[in-house]
Amino acid sequence: MSTQAPVAPAPAEEAGLVTNFEPVIIGFTCNWCSYRAADLAGTARTKYPPNIRLIRLMCSGRLDPTFVLKAFAEGADAVMVSGCHPGECHYIEQNYKALRRFQLLQRTIEALGIEPARFQLVWASAAEGVRLAGEIARVTEEVRALGPLGWPAGDIVDIDGVNLDAAWEATGGDEGGPPESPGGVNPDHAAAELPAVEALP
Amino acid sequence: MSGHGHASFGAPKDGPIEGVPSAGVPAEGEIRIGVYVCHCGSNIAGVVDVVEVARWAGEALKDQGVVVSREYRFMCSSPGQQLITDDILELGLNRIVVAACSPHLHENTFRTATARGGLNPYLCELVSIREQDSWVHTDKAAATAKAKAILAGGVERVRRNTPLDPLIVDINPSTLVVGGGIAGIQAALEIADAGFHVYLVEKDASIGGHMAQFDKTFPTLDCAACILTPRMVSAGTHPNITLLTWSEVTHVDGFVGNFTVTVKKKARYVDEDLCTGCGICQEKCPKNVIDEVYEAGLGYRKAIYTPFAQAVPRTPVIDRENCTYFIKGTCKACEKFCEKDAIRFEQQDQELTLEVGNIILATGYDIFDARKIAQYGYGRLPNVFTSLEFERLTNSAGPTNGRIVLRDGVTEPKTVGVIHCVGSRDRNFNNYCSAICCMQSLKFAHLVKEHTGATVYNFYIDMRTAAKGYDEFYQRVMEEGTLFVRGKPAEVTEAGRLPGEEGKLIVQVEDTLAGRQRRIPVDMVVLSVGLEPRADAKEMAQRFGISCSFDGWAIEKHPKLDPVATMTEGVFIAGCISGPKDIPNTVSQGAAAAARVLGMIQQKHMKLEPIKATVHAEQCSGCRICNTMCPYNAISFLDAKGVSSINAAMCQGCGTCVAACPAGAIAGTGFSDEQVLAQIEGLLSVGADGTPLKRSAYPVAHHQDDGNRPTPAETVRA
Repeated sequence: MSTQAPVAPAPAEEAGLVTNFEPVIIGFTCNWCSYRAADLAGTARTKYPPNIRLIRLMCSGRLDPTFVLKAFAEGADAVMVSGCHPGECHYIEQNYKALRRFQLLQRTIEALGIEPARFQLVWASAAEGVRLAGEIARVTEEVRALGPLGWPAGDIVDIDGVNLDAAWEATGGDEGGPPESPGGVNPDHAAAELPAVEALP
Repeated sequence: MSGHGHASFGAPKDGPIEGVPSAGVPAEGEIRIGVYVCHCGSNIAGVVDVVEVARWAGEALKDQGVVVSREYRFMCSSPGQQLITDDILELGLNRIVVAACSPHLHENTFRTATARGGLNPYLCELVSIREQDSWVHTDKAAATAKAKAILAGGVERVRRNTPLDPLIVDINPSTLVVGGGIAGIQAALEIADAGFHVYLVEKDASIGGHMAQFDKTFPTLDCAACILTPRMVSAGTHPNITLLTWSEVTHVDGFVGNFTVTVKKKARYVDEDLCTGCGICQEKCPKNVIDEVYEAGLGYRKAIYTPFAQAVPRTPVIDRENCTYFIKGTCKACEKFCEKDAIRFEQQDQELTLEVGNIILATGYDIFDARKIAQYGYGRLPNVFTSLEFERLTNSAGPTNGRIVLRDGVTEPKTVGVIHCVGSRDRNFNNYCSAICCMQSLKFAHLVKEHTGATVYNFYIDMRTAAKGYDEFYQRVMEEGTLFVRGKPAEVTEAGRLPGEEGKLIVQVEDTLAGRQRRIPVDMVVLSVGLEPRADAKEMAQRFGISCSFDGWAIEKHPKLDPVATMTEGVFIAGCISGPKDIPNTVSQGAAAAARVLGMIQQKHMKLEPIKATVHAEQCSGCRICNTMCPYNAISFLDAKGVSSINAAMCQGCGTCVAACPAGAIAGTGFSDEQVLAQIEGLLSVGADGTPLKRSAYPVAHHQDDGNRPTPAETVRA
């Protein structure tokens, strides 16, 4: 109804370049501090970029690393975790556990080829609406500068030049089940990988 | 924007409803979601195109089970809530998503409306498109796209919501009060007067706390002992109060309504039942000891002693470290003269186990150690006193019988300087204002004038006298002729170099009103020291499972709306444990905490929020990783079964163990993996421009799908 009228793509877009990139960021917030800081930012009408989408957890300690990987896999360009300041956790000390997991996970995603700046930890107390808004703006601009995550951007190719996406599709892709034939795939690789594929859910 | 009351999309309210089998009864296992988008007047609708969001949800989320999607001006109003209740009954909805304000505001409202329609209240999800969208963004198109994403997240999440029932626990009517200062005494008396049993535990030999050391109380100048001691006696003799002095809580187990508390009752070496408190033992004891606690180091006590004459209980304690008998093996003067044969040198520490339903912590404060500010010379310059020492000097029952004299015990000061904010409002020590020091310093100025007629200087940064009668007292002290210098003294020194400075203490201060440096010679300096959390505040917070700030002050459940409760159900706080307070506020908090406890006792049992973690024993490998994760000791290892188990009543629902379990064997109700993963999918099904977002080809942690619909990602790919 209120969506904008379609605009002819700009020459840069036609050339495959991304212009006006708007990142999508998932923010995990703690029920007691940062979610309330977000509420406070709202009550005080403190403006920040609309790129972040918040998920409420009871505590930053609830953050399962899977949630972060899931967000990246679903198309998020960045993930922000926010909890109570060290020493002020509403569950005594669980934000320290979040901190430990954060540091480990940041190293892990870096090894997966994701820039560490795409996964950030921000402390915010329930009184720090302005601070949280400022941090969201900062993270948004940093991610905007990095560009889309594009995970995976186009076809993934392994070191031998084999198109893994095609191989995956050939196995039946997400739908599961073994492929009819390993057509188009390096037979060596296909043979080596087939048993593993069968074991997939 | 629509000007009409409400519109609905997906299924019209009247007329045949497509796909509904009969009379709104859902088919077995079918998920039927109602979506309600609130305008909140123009609060949301002014930025977010709510009509478009509701229309979109009715169409785009049909496959996700949305059967009706409406928008309405004020969803929290009666007719707004009625929409939900009616739709549940008429359309056979079994899930509700409201897109409106923050769950912290109206979650309960919409859960209640859902329950009125006969659904479990936890099948309702409130997502915030006001605080987190319309109020913080200005770009209408982007805000509308974000609202769609938030709503889609809520819809995906609510599909995985399960009916939850609050846990019901019984409340033991007995209460534990820790700390026998005025806050603890007040709380204990309120509960005991209401007819319920109280255990009042005090670590010192007598109740009374800091207030028992004071002479006068501001601003009324009534004598502290005169108003405190009757309360102490009431607490000591009340049939509903078990007084446990010279005792400390060492361990706390259990949960709201059912705490098991271990108390160490230290050996007094005196039989409390036999002792009449006659005092002959103290009279005959040959050993004098400097009293560092009650007399602040200014006076003596005996090795067998009660802290002060009006102590409750009257039973003395033997200070084992200073008692001649315990040191040399001979003496026993106290035993010889005790007519009741109440002395028990062989007494041992006792361990008591108490069963209580609620706990009130009223453990008070420590005073700032003035030695830390070396330039003020406390501990080095004899005539620099702390405020607590000065209280003892002015107290007629104190070491000088109320005479204000210098450290030599004879000379009356002719000039006294009182320094405010010692250790408070100071970045080097404590940033906070200690709240009581201004009034305390004014009281000292008045008492010096009254007792000695000396000239008094008050060195202050700002004068803070904001309570009933306080500013009037300030005016009075000014009229009495006290001199006020606005400035924080840089130094107190005895190095006089100007005429008239010999033999004096010189206060070097920048007078910020006069705009110049001043050297003011005085005979006595009183440091109005600030209040600090108890040295063991953090260990104590851990013992009782409450949280405290970085400084060590206990954190309230809500600083304004719930100042005496903590995040731990059944544990309340009163007085200076949560920050500096004057006596009126401390007493109010004691009474308030008692009122909260009485409310709990009257309910007899209470409902606990069902956001809890549970271990699936068949998936648990017994690795015990979760055991150390829990700050509430709610997880125990069952040796017989080789698995971990969570006590639901002790679990506070933080979910850290759920995230930590490597086997995924711990389920967190209310915030399950399935719910959060689905919410992530929903949130990311809409791009920044409102069009579907491209998703990675990698299958990462798909939630356990119920199989009757494609995921949004699959829809996008198709």
